[in-house]
Amino acid sequence: MKLTDRAEEILEALWIESEEKGRGFAELDQMEIEASDPAYQELASQALIEIKGRRIYFRPEGRDEGRKTIRRHRLAERLMMDVLNIRGESGDMKACQFEHLLNEGVDLKVCTMLNHPATCPHGKPIPPGDCCEEARKSGDLGVVPLTELKSGEEGDIAYIQTEDGKKMQKLMAMGVLPGNRILLMQAFPSYIFRVGFSEFAIDTAMAREIFVRR
Amino acid sequence: MSFLKKKGSCHETPTVSQTGAKLVALVGNPNVGKSVLFNALTGAYVTVSNYPGTSVEVARGNATINGEHFEIVDTPGMYSILPITEEERVAREILLNERPHLVLHVLDARNLERMLPMTLQLIEAELPVVLVVNIMDEAKRMGLSIDIELLSKNLGIPVVAAATAKKIGLTEIRAAIAGTVPSAVNRFNYSKQMESDLASVADLLKGDYLLSRKSLGLLLLQGDGEVAELVRGVEGGDAPAVEASVKDKRFERRESFHLDLSMERKEIVKRILDGVFKAPEKRVVTFAERLSRWTVRPVTGIPLLFLVLYFGLYKFVGDFGAGTLVDLLEGKGFEEHINPWMVQHVKALVPWESIQELFVGEYGIITLGLRYAVGIILPIVATFFLFFSMLEDSGYFPRLALLVDRVFKTIGLTGRAVIPMVLGFGCDTMATMVTRTLETVRERVIATLLLALAIPCSAQLGVILALLSKAPGALLVWSVCLLLIFLLVGLLAAKVLPGETPMFYMELPPMRAPQLSNVFTKTYTRMQWYFMEILPLFILASVLLWLGKITNFFETMVRGLSPVMAALGLPKEVAVAFIFGFFRRDYGAAGLYDLQTKGLLNPRQLTVAAVTLTLFIPCVAQFLIMKKERGWKVACGIGVFVSTFAFGSGWLLNRLLLVTGIL
Repeated sequence: MKLTDRAEEILEALWIESEEKGRGFAELDQMEIEASDPAYQELASQALIEIKGRRIYFRPEGRDEGRKTIRRHRLAERLMMDVLNIRGESGDMKACQFEHLLNEGVDLKVCTMLNHPATCPHGKPIPPGDCCEEARKSGDLGVVPLTELKSGEEGDIAYIQTEDGKKMQKLMAMGVLPGNRILLMQAFPSYIFRVGFSEFAIDTAMAREIFVRR
Repeated sequence: MSFLKKKGSCHETPTVSQTGAKLVALVGNPNVGKSVLFNALTGAYVTVSNYPGTSVEVARGNATINGEHFEIVDTPGMYSILPITEEERVAREILLNERPHLVLHVLDARNLERMLPMTLQLIEAELPVVLVVNIMDEAKRMGLSIDIELLSKNLGIPVVAAATAKKIGLTEIRAAIAGTVPSAVNRFNYSKQMESDLASVADLLKGDYLLSRKSLGLLLLQGDGEVAELVRGVEGGDAPAVEASVKDKRFERRESFHLDLSMERKEIVKRILDGVFKAPEKRVVTFAERLSRWTVRPVTGIPLLFLVLYFGLYKFVGDFGAGTLVDLLEGKGFEEHINPWMVQHVKALVPWESIQELFVGEYGIITLGLRYAVGIILPIVATFFLFFSMLEDSGYFPRLALLVDRVFKTIGLTGRAVIPMVLGFGCDTMATMVTRTLETVRERVIATLLLALAIPCSAQLGVILALLSKAPGALLVWSVCLLLIFLLVGLLAAKVLPGETPMFYMELPPMRAPQLSNVFTKTYTRMQWYFMEILPLFILASVLLWLGKITNFFETMVRGLSPVMAALGLPKEVAVAFIFGFFRRDYGAAGLYDLQTKGLLNPRQLTVAAVTLTLFIPCVAQFLIMKKERGWKVACGIGVFVSTFAFGSGWLLNRLLLVTGIL
């Protein structure tokens, strides 16, 4: 069952106090959300938290849920800043609203798109999700510029990012098209790659503009 | 949809030029063998090379097939019918305005998938297209198989498999030209969205055009200025409506129209190639590919470069061309046979001494002008161009370009400039013309300056190598000096001139063994150009020097230059070489050669003179081309800079050598 926004915020606060600060619990009186809020009841009835006296503790399932919630929050922050370029307070606020939409696999997509970030814009750690683990295991680093490939490595062209429209047209006409297989043959002194049966040489500046999915 | 219907009556009669010949246009990507095909069809010769983008001009020739005359046009390479570069614009012009009887789209069999989108565009334009799948021999060697019949069926146009360099498929191509190829019928559709956007523009076009409305509509949507201009002219009063619709759609799809279109075309090509194109599971690595790897890895590439320079430039051009051949032609031919004979006959025929001097005197047209041109310069230039053409056809230059790109970036150039720079070692004048192919004005100016200053042309190089090889230390000092000056001036120029260095990108054509017949023809045409250009100048120089001698003006100049010579620590006779050098740099070097044989110079003087002369102002021809390509201001600026810099360096070098006592 989906938790309410407030319940999710409680989980986040508890995660920071209990897990990140390492105290193992949070003081009920120090929470931003008042103790009388029904969200506590909601969490307790789902056996996610336990309230003993004036202290809140995670139950095992709750810890897992808290971890996912904080992950969504910080991914939302990254999304705001890296992709939508919304910064500062407004970014934080938008992230707070946005995080609640990042469930049911949306977080996975966002995480992959952001190339599995490890920290939020404030430098706090983003707990890795299954997708991050999988990526680490398969060595899949997501979409990277051609300059990040080692020579001999192959990938699919994801996109070309260039200010110069004419150059992009030229590249596309030469067969550097999203979806095509690209093999980096050499990285120094110039980048040499193969697409289909043709080989091309480009400089570093240009190689930075071709993004490849490994 | 109206634009998919058969075109109007005006399209059924293709262009017939004044001679009554039907027009056949060769189009396609760069470096797919259009020029080879052109040469085979017309028997004419245009320069063929293994370097993308060599044909910058349109070549026209005639072919007679079954008694009928055809005019064949070879166009510069184009990647798409939407032009990006100047060359592509020139090529597209022909499709847009000349109404060809037949369009031969030549492509590289190995890169069928990448090059077919252009075939689609030609079909879409409803031009009479025949596809020539070229370079089948190399494709076969790589284990690729292509079902030509199925391809033809899928495309709905005639397809010919060919290997034009091996004369395979020419009969079929000739038959296709002689036959009647109907305008292609477009049978490919884009996504619904794309088609409807396209229709909203194309349906508004009411006039008569050579290309289909669909094709024009797409070009308009891609922001093609030339087509917009054309449509404005043809549509007249209806033009604003078209423009409004184009603007509308362009804005709607501003995010990624080009990309979407490319992706859709890619999908169509994939469907067409289904079952047509088969590649082996495991790539066949040919020897050429391995060689290619060696040339581009710094560890093996740099030693290989030195090997090429040593054997090609030093051994072949220097030793063989400037040594053996010059000795044979100049030493044996002129000095022992032609000159004495000429002197004898002229003296017998012409009684006046001053006229005798004009022909057979110290600066005589025959004894000096012709002797220099034919005896010294010709063998050196011939061997150089032979060497250059071999390298060019092997596909080595693009690899050299990527190898030096990083170094060239520091002097404000990209690897692309490698061609004019290497060509400069053959003829700086020709190389200055080729700087046109560089992307930015800044690059062109820097390249022009470096060519004028620090790149000795082959004739000069040959003579200097021959001169200095007698004093080994001198050759080393000379090479180090020039390399340092090249880098220093380039670095400074890159700092001083405003602007950014453009990015470097280049297609690497496969390496292949040069075809001797092509290499020889190419060397021959270059030689011809060179000789036509230098011979008149050599004769003119002889006449001017003769005039200078009989009016004593020459004496005055030598005297005037002697303080400069003294400052450089040179005997005053060297001034003659510098005055020669004004007419042509190689001429000056040859003058130095004369002085050396007379034993007038010690190694230090020889080195100083050689360095100064190498740096010294470009020859008249190069100066004129500089003016033509860069304008008066830049040309004069470079001229003044180069002259002062040359003497300044000469002076400094002389001091340095005196102090250190190296030589």
